[in-house]
Amino acid sequence: MIFENHNPLEGKVFQILDKTGKIVNEEYYKDIDRDLLLKMYRCMVLSRIQDEWALKFQRQGRMLTFAPTLGQEGLQVASMAACRDDDWLVPAFRSNAAWLYKGLPMKNIFLYWCGNEMGSKIPDHINMLPIVVPIGSQFNHATGIGMSFRYTKEDKVVVTYIGDGGTSEGEFYEGINFAGVVNAPVIFIIQNNQFAISTGVESQTKAKTLAQKGIAAGIPSIKVDGNDIFAMYFATKEAVENARSGNGPSLIEAVTYRQGPHTTADDPTIYRSEEKHLDGMSKDPIIRTKNFLIERGILTEKDEKTIREECKKTVFEEFEKAEQENITPLEDIFKYTYEEMTENLKEQYEEAKKWGGN
Amino acid sequence: MEALNNIEALNQALDQMMEKDEKIVIYGEDAGFEGGVFRATKGLQAKYGKDRCFDSPLTEAGIIGSGIGMAINGMKPVLEIQFQGFLFPGLNQLLVHGARYRNRSRGRFTVPMVVRMPYGGGIRALEHHSESIEAMLAHTPGLKVVIPSNPYDTKGLMISAIKDPDPVVFLEPKRIYRAFKQEVPMEIYEVPIGKARILKEGNDITVVGWGAMIPEIQLAVKDLEEEGISVEIIDLRTISPIDKEAIENSVKKTGRFLVVHEAVKSFGVGAELISIVNEKAFLHLECPPTRLTGYDVTIPLAKGEGHFMINPEKIKSKVKELINY
Ligand SMILES: Cc1ncc(C[n+]2csc(CCOP(=O)(O)OP(=O)(O)O)c2C)c(N)n1
Repeated sequence: MIFENHNPLEGKVFQILDKTGKIVNEEYYKDIDRDLLLKMYRCMVLSRIQDEWALKFQRQGRMLTFAPTLGQEGLQVASMAACRDDDWLVPAFRSNAAWLYKGLPMKNIFLYWCGNEMGSKIPDHINMLPIVVPIGSQFNHATGIGMSFRYTKEDKVVVTYIGDGGTSEGEFYEGINFAGVVNAPVIFIIQNNQFAISTGVESQTKAKTLAQKGIAAGIPSIKVDGNDIFAMYFATKEAVENARSGNGPSLIEAVTYRQGPHTTADDPTIYRSEEKHLDGMSKDPIIRTKNFLIERGILTEKDEKTIREECKKTVFEEFEKAEQENITPLEDIFKYTYEEMTENLKEQYEEAKKWGGN
Repeated sequence: MEALNNIEALNQALDQMMEKDEKIVIYGEDAGFEGGVFRATKGLQAKYGKDRCFDSPLTEAGIIGSGIGMAINGMKPVLEIQFQGFLFPGLNQLLVHGARYRNRSRGRFTVPMVVRMPYGGGIRALEHHSESIEAMLAHTPGLKVVIPSNPYDTKGLMISAIKDPDPVVFLEPKRIYRAFKQEVPMEIYEVPIGKARILKEGNDITVVGWGAMIPEIQLAVKDLEEEGISVEIIDLRTISPIDKEAIENSVKKTGRFLVVHEAVKSFGVGAELISIVNEKAFLHLECPPTRLTGYDVTIPLAKGEGHFMINPEKIKSKVKELINY
């Protein structure tokens, strides 16, 4: 019903919780279990604090270039919360809160952004692909995983993300179109954070919404306030239920705001107006969720402080672990090329050892 | 003359050519307002307007495919692919169409465009930001593949690439974008495509490289010369078409040949050069022509990159091995 009532061609944006933390769309508001709400909130805060510290570590030269998720935590956490634990996540590179929600050890995330492939080794029990850098290709992988369930007889769904810029890539269209044709249970989520590096979304498309691109593929599509965890949760839930019951893919454009730089190599002040920045910051997903939780008595200022302290502790512990484990033995650069090292590689490995590999 | 680094020399070439030729249009992801993530096109939008220098949507196939169309109808697109690692969605357009229109239309339609992109490792970058794929491109008939190693060549080769009647892929070794400055003439000048440069003459061995390998080779050779080994260094400058003559003449003089490239070893440009040496100068050889290259693995992320990269120590050791063969 949510999708049906919010046709992006009619300029509709689905929202339940406004930027001050008030419920503005009672019709669609339902209670979410208190523990789940707190879990979502805690995960958003954890991701936020991790990003804030990672930016500092990066400036201290202890981390390399990375892409912060700052400001986009709400849509990621809510969409993950609307799925089952055994559903699949096919992320983009800016998906920190989703990784955390899915249970990826924070140490892995740090390792990856510290230039160590071990960060991409997802623990066996988590149905998730590693961070992907080339934009667009993940949409077809998600479709394929979704297609495979028909053969494996699993009733799982796949959630995949892409940026607003990514919707200009061919594979965006190929992925949603293919999934539609084969009825693959995939939820395609566009994180519209307004920018692809310095290029604003208005330079990506002449379409009024990104959501309407899904309509051409014939799949249910909706534009949602991505900083509103309720709207995101209930929209994703509807899409997930639809997919799980065999009705195929959906597309969600989640409107959000990238609060930080594209990556640590980027300076947003060059291309972003102060006005746009202030407007974006005023829609912060964490602040509005907090206001809601406090107003409903689910969270106190004191709990909030405790959560922040616990999160900061986790961030430091995990970063320390990553720093300690951040070595790449010489053998590691050879041994994952094939199941077995070829003769050619064995030869090259022996040669490489001469240069003091550990 | 003016002291410029590689990126400044490139910017100057683009600027001067845009001023001269109104058919030049520059675009790519973030290439307009910001001047590209490395600022190669900085200031061009301000100077020439949004029609001539702009941010394209995020679509490599779109950038290269539309560039082909532009070029076919008489424009001169100079396109930026943000990183070579993201060329792949556009590779279909480049290899399947850009390289072939001339042949396919029996000369009626041609694609005189330039596709620029940073490539190569050594900057502790993210995944897909460090590969060197010159061999993949050079393997396609119809494309020219150029790689400058210094500011003088960067400007002169870019000007030649823009004037070239065929599609030119211009690979920029990003590690040395800002590594050093060199005196560069203020006026427009050309460095011919397809001609290698003898960077230093020598008698005992020929060492060939390109791009970011050149400074590494120079460092190695400085030490080798102190030990009494006389090295001839050739900067290939153009991967395709390859300057066979320069290689042949040099090896006939020195009798020894080493090619150094940071790309993976197998099926690469090193193998091509060694074939040329065998074909052209076999009887002059004192030892097997040899390549020193990256390993046949996915380029490691920053933490393991040191294992992979070529450095002066490796070059020195290989040269001595060949001298003492
Ligand atoms: C195929 C491809 N082209 C170019 C890039 C370089 N690049 C990395 S991120 C980025 C911008 C992405 O913008 P968007 O899709 O909106 O996602 P966001 O970064 O805003 O989350 C670009 C151009 C890439 N990673 N992959």
